[in-house]
Amino acid sequence: MQPPAIVARNLAAGYGAHRVWAHADFSIAAGSFTAILGPNGGGKSTLIRTILGLLPPADGQLQVLGEKPRRGNPLIGYIPQRSTFDPELSIRGRDFVSLGVDGHRWGMRLLGAATAAAADASIRSVNAESYADRPIGQLSGGEQQRLLLAQALVGNPRLLLMDEPLSQLDVRNQSLIVQLIGDLKRARELTVLLIAHDVNPLLPHIDHVLYVAQGNVAMGTPEEIITSESLTRIYSTPVEVLKDSRGRVFVVGLEEEVSHPHG
Amino acid sequence: MVEQSIFTTITNTSPQVSWNLFDDIAALFHYDFMVHAFEAGTIVAIVAGAIGYFVVLRSSAFAAHALSHIGFAGATGAVVLAVNPIFGLLVFTVGSGIAIGALGNRLRGRDVTIGIVLAWTLGLGVLFISLYTGYATEAYAILFGLILGISANDVIFTLVAGIVTIAALIAIYRPLLFASVDEELAGAKGVPVTALSIGFMAILAVAVTEAVQVVGVLLIFALIVTPAAIAVRFTSRPFVAIATGVVLALAFTWAGLTSAYYSPHPVSFFITSIAFATYVVVRLAEPIGRRLRRKSATAASIQDQQGHTSDA
Repeated sequence: MQPPAIVARNLAAGYGAHRVWAHADFSIAAGSFTAILGPNGGGKSTLIRTILGLLPPADGQLQVLGEKPRRGNPLIGYIPQRSTFDPELSIRGRDFVSLGVDGHRWGMRLLGAATAAAADASIRSVNAESYADRPIGQLSGGEQQRLLLAQALVGNPRLLLMDEPLSQLDVRNQSLIVQLIGDLKRARELTVLLIAHDVNPLLPHIDHVLYVAQGNVAMGTPEEIITSESLTRIYSTPVEVLKDSRGRVFVVGLEEEVSHPHG
Repeated sequence: MVEQSIFTTITNTSPQVSWNLFDDIAALFHYDFMVHAFEAGTIVAIVAGAIGYFVVLRSSAFAAHALSHIGFAGATGAVVLAVNPIFGLLVFTVGSGIAIGALGNRLRGRDVTIGIVLAWTLGLGVLFISLYTGYATEAYAILFGLILGISANDVIFTLVAGIVTIAALIAIYRPLLFASVDEELAGAKGVPVTALSIGFMAILAVAVTEAVQVVGVLLIFALIVTPAAIAVRFTSRPFVAIATGVVLALAFTWAGLTSAYYSPHPVSFFITSIAFATYVVVRLAEPIGRRLRRKSATAASIQDQQGHTSDA
């Protein structure tokens, strides 16, 4: 049994005097896939930023991969929240992935062979070879997301943090990307934390749900959380969980949350 | 005044272009002021072309423009105090560059803040001009550039400042590129994004100060933004884009200086016009280029299907 990837004890986060959430106690098993759910403005991104070490804990303790969170930890791959790249951004996908390899180092890249090889391997692992040499701003949302994933995977991280990687994708690309993340997770024994609005494409893959709402962070199994009662309580809006004839679960009522965000 | 006398010499008797290229080149470099102009112009073009790539990538064109205008107050203030205007320019651009850098790249309304400061400093500049009782040439030179009046000392200053800017740019190249493409991600990877933003604006301030000598504060766009803006339309490889920007800035400067030598019109006019004309041609030619690329892309994908090729 591996030690847990992330352990929070009485953790609180906030900016200045303002507490976003507090009293968070949870433990995330190594090699698990966790969906972070909750209404907008509830502090989901704040949780990711705290794990990344971008925001010091306001209270309590947090252990990430057995140590205190620290900025630039090479064992963490990260995909920040974004809409899409600026269409005018004239830089190749390959250059972007290479920056994930050594972009934090000073100076210019003198002997770039090792970097190029690492970037290339990462691009292959997400099957993005065919468009990696085109300007990233001109790629489709799904293609950009794959390159962001390639960037997050360079250097073989143990932990993958993704802030709404599915929000700009159509339904087909959402399930393709989730499938890819699931495959990579199994192949590389990654621990995955992913913020999502629409849980439907995630349901076949997730082991845990971490929900961030009303100043609290709590953990549960999908069976516990993905019910009409608990989701309605978390989002303070009517949510229904339905089962189709083949036993597949669908969450209805959160689409509104995406198109008309409040708070 | 030395500048004044050179100015009149040129405007009164423009040399004629002959059909002998060697004679023409020899004539071009016959006068010291032309040699100095080419020396300073070359250094400035290399610096402006290189830093311009990051200005375009970071969408900081307005900030670059503002730096030069804010510098105008410093330059005119220096003239009033009988100090070399370059030093006034340097103090004001670097000071405001650090302040703008501290505001951060993502801040909404940053341009509004810059604009408000910019308007006030231009007002200061007007006051300083009115306080200065000497020739208006100084103010004119600051606004529109007076590269033909550059002294050997100015060339040395430009060279030192140029080496400092290029060296600083090389030192922060990778993290700056990373932060320019995705600031949030670069920050999470341990890049000090705010310090980098301040450092970049300080380097830009020095580059702007150098470029002001050539094209003046009003025309700075032509050397810092236009070459890089054209370059990124040709290539999406960062280093190739920087090299292309440098080549274009050099071409604009040399062509502008040469044209001005053989005509009675100012250098800045030629540099800005050649830069603008190139930009227009590139934008007009773009739809054609895109069609050609699509054709070659189709050919490449056919080739790809026939036998897998990769460029590592």
